[in-house]
Amino acid sequence: MSELPGDHIRPYEEPPPGMSSGSRLERALRAGKFAVTAELNPPDSADPGDVFEAARPLSEVCDAINATDASGANCHMSSIGICALLTRAGYGTIYQISCRDRNRIAIQGDVLGAAAMGVRNVLCLTGDGTGVGDQPGAKPVFDFDSLTLLRTIRTMRDDGVFLSGRPITRRPHMFLGAAENPCVPPYELRADRLAKKIDAGAEFIQTNYIFDLPRFERFMARVRDLGLDQRVYILAGVGPLASAKAARWMRAHVPGIHIPNEVIDRLDRASRPAEEGTTLCIELMQRIREIPGVAGIHVMAYRREHQVSEIVLRSGVRGGGRIG
Amino acid sequence: MYRLRLLAVRHARGLEWLYQRLERTMIRLDPLFARIGYDRMERPVAFVERAAKSLLFDCKMCGQCVLSSTGMSCPMNCPKELRNGPCGGVREGGFCEVKPDMRCVWILAWDGAGRMRGDDRIREVLPPVDHRLKGSSAWLRISREKAGALRQCQDAGRTTLAHAFPKAREIEPATAPLADEPQRATHAP
Repeated sequence: MSELPGDHIRPYEEPPPGMSSGSRLERALRAGKFAVTAELNPPDSADPGDVFEAARPLSEVCDAINATDASGANCHMSSIGICALLTRAGYGTIYQISCRDRNRIAIQGDVLGAAAMGVRNVLCLTGDGTGVGDQPGAKPVFDFDSLTLLRTIRTMRDDGVFLSGRPITRRPHMFLGAAENPCVPPYELRADRLAKKIDAGAEFIQTNYIFDLPRFERFMARVRDLGLDQRVYILAGVGPLASAKAARWMRAHVPGIHIPNEVIDRLDRASRPAEEGTTLCIELMQRIREIPGVAGIHVMAYRREHQVSEIVLRSGVRGGGRIG
Repeated sequence: MYRLRLLAVRHARGLEWLYQRLERTMIRLDPLFARIGYDRMERPVAFVERAAKSLLFDCKMCGQCVLSSTGMSCPMNCPKELRNGPCGGVREGGFCEVKPDMRCVWILAWDGAGRMRGDDRIREVLPPVDHRLKGSSAWLRISREKAGALRQCQDAGRTTLAHAFPKAREIEPATAPLADEPQRATHAP
């Protein structure tokens, strides 16, 4: 096949046998390697240079970079735009789709668009409510929820049709991801809901922030009891806290974040809270690494992206096999 | 009414029994409904259904009732209208992310489901809502679907949706309907 016009646009390839998309992340996970992903802080800018600048500190230590989709209902550069830029420059990306802002017509079209631009991982999210964002008057769409979104993309990929039944000539090869939040109610049912997400099509899971290790361990025990760790790759979400004040603010204002008082007290007592926050994050990563059934780490270093590579390298979690 | 809604979840088992009786009666009446014409039945039945279910469940008349799979807690009261909740934003104590004074609709749903005989139905993935069916009678749709399970319509769109959510089609046929819709049961959203 001849080279297509434009920079670095490669002909559309079929995935290797036994793979959903053959992305770098999928290959690493299926090979049993302990994977690392990280969240990119999307720029409030139209300059592609800003995207590459934000990606640089993440790329050397990650198997894939997550481009958030207006997380916290705040406007930023779109996930699909960021993924398109980074993918063409050779980075592994995870295209996040939130159900809050677009209906089923827009989403299915975007999935094809993303696949055409080389995106091979997608993370299906419900999305935070519009009320917490910078434009609370926006109309909440929620035409899909994360599970119907997963099932729809799986149908497009595996059956080669839109949800309307209209055929797709070349299918979108996507490695399908979903989120789970083990540290918010109903704790005892979070693993059961995870099972539902796997049924809907999820192949990998990135969790919300884990600051409460005992709670996460109980979740993982239930996951192993249900045998879910054998059916899905679980990447545990972590991130460095800048200070006790920042932690309190996050706990009060960002939906779905649980930070135990002990963590906040520890930051309060520290003479250098930012360093303590980094140390705490590294300790958590090392302890999470030892939990059977965890397949990787997802680093969300909001406004501290420059630290990601240091955190990952110092923790020593990357590479090597997974436990259990 | 919020209080009655909470009460309905606590009595999910009794309501499940009642719903099964209602469903059986409706299916038995299918030949009669068919003779009168489902189209002519649509408005009066929808009127009665709206009155009863608004009072008990704060029903939003999505037309694709899934109460039997959601512990008698209506998912359309979730501000995100999730059909497969709860989301990751639930607050400490089990309160809603968007409406902090309201108990999470989906925590109530899993609670109610635990009280029901068909407590496994909540584990099935339910399809997205078809917004054309808003305001129409789910009761008639269910009896039509169950009675005429073999009558498949030619609409390719609906066939794919039903195929993508096979188990939901089986347990909650109104969510992935296949039978032809009478004119008054649909409208543009």
